[in-house]
Amino acid sequence: MSERELFSFRNPYFSVSVGVTLAILVLTVIAGFLVLPYAQTGIKFTNAWDAICSAAGLPRRAAPATPPAPAGRTSEVVLTSSTVSRPSQESIGRGATLAQRCAICHGPTGISRADSPNLAGQYAAVIYKQLLDFRSGARTNATMSPFAANLSDQDVADIAAYYAYLPRLPAYHPEPQLPKPHVVIYGAPMRGIAPRRAIRSVPEGPTPRVRLGRTPQRHQRADAQHRAGADAAGDRRSGRILRFPTGGSRQIGRLKRT
Amino acid sequence: VLVNKKLILAHFWLAFAVFALALVLGAWQMFIRSPLGDWLSDPELYYRSLTAHGTVMGYVFPTLVAMGFGYAISESALGQPLVGARWAWTGFWLIVVGAITAMIPVALGRASVLYTFYPPLIGSPFYYIGVVLVVVGSWIWVALMSVNLRVWKQAHPGEPVPLAMFANVAGSYLWAWTAVGAALELLLQILPVALGLKSTIDAGLARVLFSWTLHAIVYFWLMPTYIAYYTVVPRAIGGRVYSDSMARISFILFLVVAMPIGIHHTFGDPQVGAGFKFVHSTFTALVTLPTLLTVFTICASVEIAARLRGGRGPFGWVTALPWDNPVMLAFAFSFVMLGFGGAGGIINMSYQLDASIHNTQWITGHFHLIFGGAIVIMYFAIAYDLWPHLTGRAFSDLRLIRTQLWLWFVGMIVTTFPWHWVGILGMPRRMAYFDFADPALAPQALSIIFSAIGGFVLLTSGILFIVILARGARAPAADAGAYRFSRAVHQPATVAVALNSHALWVALMIGLTVTNYGYPILALTLDQGTSVPAVYVGAQR
Repeated sequence: MSERELFSFRNPYFSVSVGVTLAILVLTVIAGFLVLPYAQTGIKFTNAWDAICSAAGLPRRAAPATPPAPAGRTSEVVLTSSTVSRPSQESIGRGATLAQRCAICHGPTGISRADSPNLAGQYAAVIYKQLLDFRSGARTNATMSPFAANLSDQDVADIAAYYAYLPRLPAYHPEPQLPKPHVVIYGAPMRGIAPRRAIRSVPEGPTPRVRLGRTPQRHQRADAQHRAGADAAGDRRSGRILRFPTGGSRQIGRLKRT
Repeated sequence: VLVNKKLILAHFWLAFAVFALALVLGAWQMFIRSPLGDWLSDPELYYRSLTAHGTVMGYVFPTLVAMGFGYAISESALGQPLVGARWAWTGFWLIVVGAITAMIPVALGRASVLYTFYPPLIGSPFYYIGVVLVVVGSWIWVALMSVNLRVWKQAHPGEPVPLAMFANVAGSYLWAWTAVGAALELLLQILPVALGLKSTIDAGLARVLFSWTLHAIVYFWLMPTYIAYYTVVPRAIGGRVYSDSMARISFILFLVVAMPIGIHHTFGDPQVGAGFKFVHSTFTALVTLPTLLTVFTICASVEIAARLRGGRGPFGWVTALPWDNPVMLAFAFSFVMLGFGGAGGIINMSYQLDASIHNTQWITGHFHLIFGGAIVIMYFAIAYDLWPHLTGRAFSDLRLIRTQLWLWFVGMIVTTFPWHWVGILGMPRRMAYFDFADPALAPQALSIIFSAIGGFVLLTSGILFIVILARGARAPAADAGAYRFSRAVHQPATVAVALNSHALWVALMIGLTVTNYGYPILALTLDQGTSVPAVYVGAQR
């Protein structure tokens, strides 16, 4: 038998091997694309073609739906890396003058004596966003809303710069400056001691959230409810703070690229 | 008669050198992840090590063994000097350059993407270029095997191709075709992103393309082992191959059904339809056929050897086998591990059973048992068998060789059995550390400790292996004669064209690839908007 007759149905090796392979293929395709889809409970197919498409993994496009209208006003604040970073001395000075009117509640140095949030050392972006939200009505508060109503964008940026400039109170639980013992960092699995990383689920490093240290609990609750409630309701009324404590411009660059 | 001994030795030495290095990394990984070690201060170190271990053990080491053994088979089985020896050296140096190119970024932590690449993770382009060079180097070997067989056939028209060469060429064709999937993924998808030409990648498509390579590559790793089962073991223990045709059919079946089955690696992936998963699952089940044929044929061949040595009774013949022969010992260990690993593999390929162990340590245990155990222990046997013919020096200390094989077997069982077990308990794979202080994980700690100890037994065995080979190079000269392969009980005088050539089976392999992979790949390629942003390894966050 020559090489030429290899691919011929007169060659039993060819006919048997091709025949058996095709038979197995056809049987498994019938089983995989028709029998098994129908054997699944809880899925209804309109016809056999529907079942085959489903088994082939044909993606089904979701029906186009309009996003639900938000219940109230949502935050329109846009923060970029240049919004509140590197304020000028002039801006901080203007902020200090404007902040006189805030002092009655938030304290002349940003440390409240009236059970209001301490603003000294607060992230500039946080103050910026909250004031703009009060002004636009995305967040309402009987005391704060009137104060914010007549502020210009520049006023808000200056006030934010001023409070961020003030020294904040020392942290509630100051970190010990000694190097951490080995067992704290790495744990001791044989002694059943977990590493610190496993216990503290929060990641290390600065977090883009409101500084809450020494903020009266009442306000911590209100702030949390404001954010959580809005998120849970799905209307994202508070929006999301995009804040980059360090290397802001690089972050923006990455976001744009992707 | 082996002419290009230096070429073959270079392949084996490089293979075993990188193997030893990767073995050290593997043992360290077992240790650092176990309760015996502290948590890593930097998990990236683990993934760096894992990438190097996987890349070397998966791509460089077995490829070099297959190539070196392939050249040896071509020269000794065909009885003709290697045609294109200069090309063979080119392939070897391509692999050297590729391995170094790939390993530098890995060592620097710029390519900790694991050897399976895992897009959208993207590492340094040099890593991928290095891997491509390794593959291209091995393709030269594929071409040379084909050319050498053709030259021999022209000189010996109508004669049956020696079994060893028939199987060797089948393995090389399998590798040539199975490497195409990963090559497409690397060249069309990953490298453009790694080079900065694109910033998004279709990870789903990449996974399907990689599965094209990832399963059949296992059978490429397996080929030298199966060739040794059929053509080395019976000769080494004084037996005969029970059936030459059965052997050919086994290798043919591997060629045909090893390819269209890889999607069982993506049972957990949503981008592949359930119908294709079922088809691939069924075809994976077919791979048990050549394996069971081999188990039957080889057991019969071994029984022939035992009965020739005076073995009696239905099972009594087992004691008559030459158990002090390292090849016999390695083969027996290999079969035991193949049995357990194969049983585990049937669970992996089952669409339903896989759900309980998918992406757990069970999988890691499985492929270490099959590849590190059943396959690599036969690589050792091949080296022990071939070495005297390459160096012209005989091993004097068979006891040390047996110790090495015993250590490897015991070490692999101790490593992988607990690994399977914690996988059933749900321990995920690809983790740099586990918090064994957690009550949910604490019961797994003991198994992991055993497993890590097994890892060090393996390391000991690996070092011993290198020591034995190195000492063999300094032993007194002894002529080992020509390198020969087993003869069959009925050595064929003529063989049907279908069993003497590969064209039909390669055609079936490609045909089944088209039917089983064509639609998933085409659909994912044409479906727009499925790409995701690349995640660059080591980029500032």
